[in-house]
Amino acid sequence: MKQGAKYAVLAASFAVAAAFGSTAALAQAKKAEAPAAKGGGEQFFPVLSYRTGAYAPNGIPFANGYVDYLKLINARDGGINGVKVVFEECETGYATDKGVECYERLKGKGSTGATAFHPLSTGITFAVTDKSFADKIPIITTGYGRADSVDGTVFGWNFPLGGTYWDAADMLVQHVGKKEGGLDKLKGKKIALVYHDSPYGKEPIALLQERARMHGYELLLLPVTHPGVEQKATWLQIRQQRPDYVFLWGWGVMNSTAIKEAVATGYPREKMYGVWWSGAEPDVTPAGDGAKGYSSLVFFAPAGQGQVHKDMIKYVYDKGQGAGKKEEVGEVLYNRGMAAAMVTVEAVRKAQVKYGKKPLKGEEVRWGLENLSIDDAAIKKLGFTGFMTPVSTSCVNHAGEAQATIHSWDGKKWNVQPGVYHADNSIIKPMIRSSAEKYAAEKKLTKRDCAKEAG
Amino acid sequence: MFYRENGQFKSTYASDQQMLPILQDRAFMLGLLVLAIGAAPFVVSDYVFLSLLIPFLILALAAIGLNLLVGYCGQISIGHAAFMAVGAYAAYNLALRIPQLNFLVVLVLSGLIAAAVGILFGVPSLRIKGLYLAVATLAAQFFMDWLFARVKWFTNYSSSGSVSTAPIEMFGWTVDTPAEKYLFLLGVLIVLTLVAKNLVRSHIGREWMAMRDMDVAAEVIGIRPVYAKLTAFAVSAFYCGIAGALWGFVHLGAWEPLAFNLTVSLNLLFMIIIGGMGSLLGSFFGAAFIVALPIILDQVPLWLGVPISTAMASHLASMIFGALIVFFLVVEPHGLARLWAIGKEKLRLWPFPH
Repeated sequence: MKQGAKYAVLAASFAVAAAFGSTAALAQAKKAEAPAAKGGGEQFFPVLSYRTGAYAPNGIPFANGYVDYLKLINARDGGINGVKVVFEECETGYATDKGVECYERLKGKGSTGATAFHPLSTGITFAVTDKSFADKIPIITTGYGRADSVDGTVFGWNFPLGGTYWDAADMLVQHVGKKEGGLDKLKGKKIALVYHDSPYGKEPIALLQERARMHGYELLLLPVTHPGVEQKATWLQIRQQRPDYVFLWGWGVMNSTAIKEAVATGYPREKMYGVWWSGAEPDVTPAGDGAKGYSSLVFFAPAGQGQVHKDMIKYVYDKGQGAGKKEEVGEVLYNRGMAAAMVTVEAVRKAQVKYGKKPLKGEEVRWGLENLSIDDAAIKKLGFTGFMTPVSTSCVNHAGEAQATIHSWDGKKWNVQPGVYHADNSIIKPMIRSSAEKYAAEKKLTKRDCAKEAG
Repeated sequence: MFYRENGQFKSTYASDQQMLPILQDRAFMLGLLVLAIGAAPFVVSDYVFLSLLIPFLILALAAIGLNLLVGYCGQISIGHAAFMAVGAYAAYNLALRIPQLNFLVVLVLSGLIAAAVGILFGVPSLRIKGLYLAVATLAAQFFMDWLFARVKWFTNYSSSGSVSTAPIEMFGWTVDTPAEKYLFLLGVLIVLTLVAKNLVRSHIGREWMAMRDMDVAAEVIGIRPVYAKLTAFAVSAFYCGIAGALWGFVHLGAWEPLAFNLTVSLNLLFMIIIGGMGSLLGSFFGAAFIVALPIILDQVPLWLGVPISTAMASHLASMIFGALIVFFLVVEPHGLARLWAIGKEKLRLWPFPH
């Protein structure tokens, strides 16, 4: 019997060796054919999108805008300085685990790997931030993500372009302060934050509490659990507490549900302000006339059409290549998706100045992102006048200056209100610094030395 | 022909009591281990490691934990993600507040903390049975969801409620590449599977099974229900706690309370139902089924070169996934492990079936 066991072990190890050999050969073959397939020399854009689930109404227009702009770059300009753009979509369903899987699936594709990721979810941003350090691929979060990732010395790969949630919360407080006739008039007022109970919704709380300490208003925190279709209890509390203002920090069906509940409870829509993710067409149209008077922040691009949209219709939609419907071109989230694609493309263009007109690696694109300077002239040249605010970044500051306006829904369309808001950096900067320090300590990260890298 | 035990005589107690009594099984297991440890790290791509193998290994561990309770002891729980959450947050806080600790120590301690919580939530099982108990275990799920979302101390006062972990270090080894993570997890899984296998063959496992099969009869022959049920809860929560800590530290790296919500609990339950209740092998099959199938289905249209939208692909994947679950349960209600056993039975007679 002992003998038998010995033979079996021998046989098994032979089998294993054979299997090992054959799989190794297979892997070799794979590696050998890979460069041939990669010879095309294209810039690969991964697209994490969600076209299914509770967040699809908002995910679809953003994804359409994003991929349509990439198509436009190929159709109109023949690529970025001649380097063709290719992209692949992956459905995340706004779920963090699925998003991470998509990230892993797409990060190595194309001739030089992924250009940069737009996770389009704060939860996914948190998860992939952790991986970006090893993968050396930029994570661009236009108007979302971690507020402290502005600090490029700690968050070397995150780019919260356009503003963070701390900026947004700050602007909303400034706006209601202005409405009351001065920030000091906020004393004794009550502001309710109706938020999505996830990193996305919790992100602004720190700033609103800081401001509450400064101005003496009372902050009511009302979480809404995912996906946000059940808000009866939340709005019952609003009816009892009668806050002076309601800030809405929702996404997907949560937004339209909140507006419908506001109608049902009789809370005036004029006193409701949404963050920039709670102010698009799919949020207000389900509530019908009830949504009239509701306002929200808007950054980068309000609704409407300009030169770039004309090109879009001409080069993409008239050829039947559009991702969505022609009438949806120019919606708030479509424009924002387009703007997100545009900053990424411009970062590649910038990086090409340094690294040459060829497909670039994520690490090279980061240089472009850190040296972005999209001023008014550049915006005009791109056809984005009125749909983009200037952005300039550096190694230390990965966000640029945030600015946003308020727009209100009149029952038919969004109207931009006068007045531009800038976040108060004297409050936010120290918060970013301490939060980033904490992250660096937790993760045992060594900070980047920007002065040294520049030299 | 190949798979028959004729001529394999057991002449000692040790050979009679070994875990794999049949020579061919031992050879197969050895080959599998050599392949998994020796060959896989060199040939498998990072994507397969990070998206398939690592989640599979961790969820297999969690499924073993749940199977010990549901499959072996007969106490239904639909709140086991809560114990994973306890393990994950315990590990996070231990690693954060006592940074000198070796990760293995952190892992075991977080498993023990989860076990303590498991005993606490196992107390109702002494009074209520079956589906009623299942509903009671939901309390664990909702309570933990609430606790980690609301009590700021657990998340180290993070402004967004999301936590991110420090790198995994032990004995000067930093586990960071996908292959290293895989090997580390494989090691943990092998050790804990061996422990589980021996637990269920020992007097404790036999007590659990007696409780499962008929609690009154078990009590009559002298098994204490309090001890049997609570040990099952403790061991089960210990496994899930370790799985949770690994899920947070090795797989996610950064997570929010939603990472351990009810969906995860239900998925664990589906794993053991599809894989096979009361079978450790079934836990592996079930975990593989639930982890791999959606990912594979999602990519099939891409491999075939069928140009359909991602939304369509994801809808199709859910539909086919659902249909396959129903199909397998109709074909074999006792799970994939039973199918495997039938296959071995058939192989034994092959090529001359009766």
